[in-house]
Amino acid sequence: MSSESSQSPPSPDRRWLIALAWVWVGVPLAYGLYELVRKATQLFTG
Amino acid sequence: MSPPVAPPGWSRWLVPPAALSVHLSIGQAYAWSVFKPPLESALGLSGTQSALPFQLGIVMLGLSAAFGGTLVERNGPRWAMTVALVCFSSGFLLSALGAATEQYWLIVLGYGFVGGIGLGIGYISPVSTLIKWFPDRPGMATGIAIMGFGGGALIASPWSAQMLESFGSDSSGIALAFLVHGLSYAVFMLLGVLLVRVPPHASGAREAARQAPTGPQVSAQQALRTPQFWLLWTVLCMNVTAGIGILEKAAPMITDFFADSSTPVSVTAAAGFVALLSAANMAGRIGWSSTSDLIGRKNIYRVYLGAGALMYALIALFGDSSKPLFVLCALVILSFYGGGFATVPAYLKDLFGTYQVGAIHGRLLTAWSTAGVLGPLIVNWIADRQEEAGRHGASLYGLSFIIMIGLLVVGFVANELVRPVDPRHHVPQPKEADRVQREQSESA
Repeated sequence: MSSESSQSPPSPDRRWLIALAWVWVGVPLAYGLYELVRKATQLFTG
Repeated sequence: MSPPVAPPGWSRWLVPPAALSVHLSIGQAYAWSVFKPPLESALGLSGTQSALPFQLGIVMLGLSAAFGGTLVERNGPRWAMTVALVCFSSGFLLSALGAATEQYWLIVLGYGFVGGIGLGIGYISPVSTLIKWFPDRPGMATGIAIMGFGGGALIASPWSAQMLESFGSDSSGIALAFLVHGLSYAVFMLLGVLLVRVPPHASGAREAARQAPTGPQVSAQQALRTPQFWLLWTVLCMNVTAGIGILEKAAPMITDFFADSSTPVSVTAAAGFVALLSAANMAGRIGWSSTSDLIGRKNIYRVYLGAGALMYALIALFGDSSKPLFVLCALVILSFYGGGFATVPAYLKDLFGTYQVGAIHGRLLTAWSTAGVLGPLIVNWIADRQEEAGRHGASLYGLSFIIMIGLLVVGFVANELVRPVDPRHHVPQPKEADRVQREQSESA
């Protein structure tokens, strides 16, 4: 169903957009994961 | 509003971040507890009162997903994400006003009622679109989005706590924190609204159904009349109840289990255990859901329910003698809990097709609301009764675990009974529709 749009490679502009979109959601998620790991290590050290 | 159709060359890899921007935001709901102590001291509330906005929010999530699903299918993902953005952010803004004027009912109305609508519509908004973009990997695609709902609390919890520390925990500090949350989430969710597109073939749901004549296509209304819907409802409800059974009392549970051992668990270590469970919950959403694309939906639920029951049995029998075994089993159960949430949209797609899968998913989420009441009720009620009977430690939870095993077996049997949907429930395909139309015109 998505073949038409997904088969043709995205233009260079779109590649930037894809990167930007993933960074937009990735940075807060990385922050959340960092805080999680910090807290989770307390199980072994606390 | 007509659904935004992707122009030629649009990448489907732009759709998961659009979905994530919404799910990472609305997942904040699970971090509401950060606001509870400051609200209690600033507005003189009890613990039960301060939980009200969250509880109403979860009820509204279930109701708006169940009743708004058809609207989401009709108007498309951009409309749904816009509604989610407006409701979720306005909920915070109303709460800010409530905190500033010390009118608690405004916080309940804002965060719970208005924001709760945003939760429900936002939760189902990208599901149908993702499945249409990734027909080859629907489990992975919905797993990414639904993982975001788990990730939202991981972000919001430390972020909100830091904000309250900076602004102060009095009513004006809380109001300012709510205001910043409302504005920040509006900007963050805007990415989803701007980026989301439906694939060119699926610009209309009926059109999508007509263009995919090989698979089953069932409307949301018709799906409710099939045994498959209710069997899946049972599967989801049982799996979620079993997960919540651990999640609800994770910290006191691990403390109680090893209270009499040579290495008791400290409060800090118990908090670490809870964090580890959140990680397992999130990893299960993306990991198990993606695995379902390879081994099939029915098989993955056999694992969630069958191996889940086994894990509970191991905890019940040997959990208090080995801390690593207890932690490992709990992590596996929580990963199944997350996996169950994330895999169900793809299971629905397999059974009912893509025609109105978002609306069907919305209706199925009532199983979540039911489990949200059942799970904590079972574990808390039994633990309280056992405590009254003078028991302590691991024996507080033994009976709960046996009940959880029973529920998982019920879910396992329900999953085994799932069969393909009877063709009489399918939406008429083009050829058949033409035949019906011809017959009607001949008889007229």
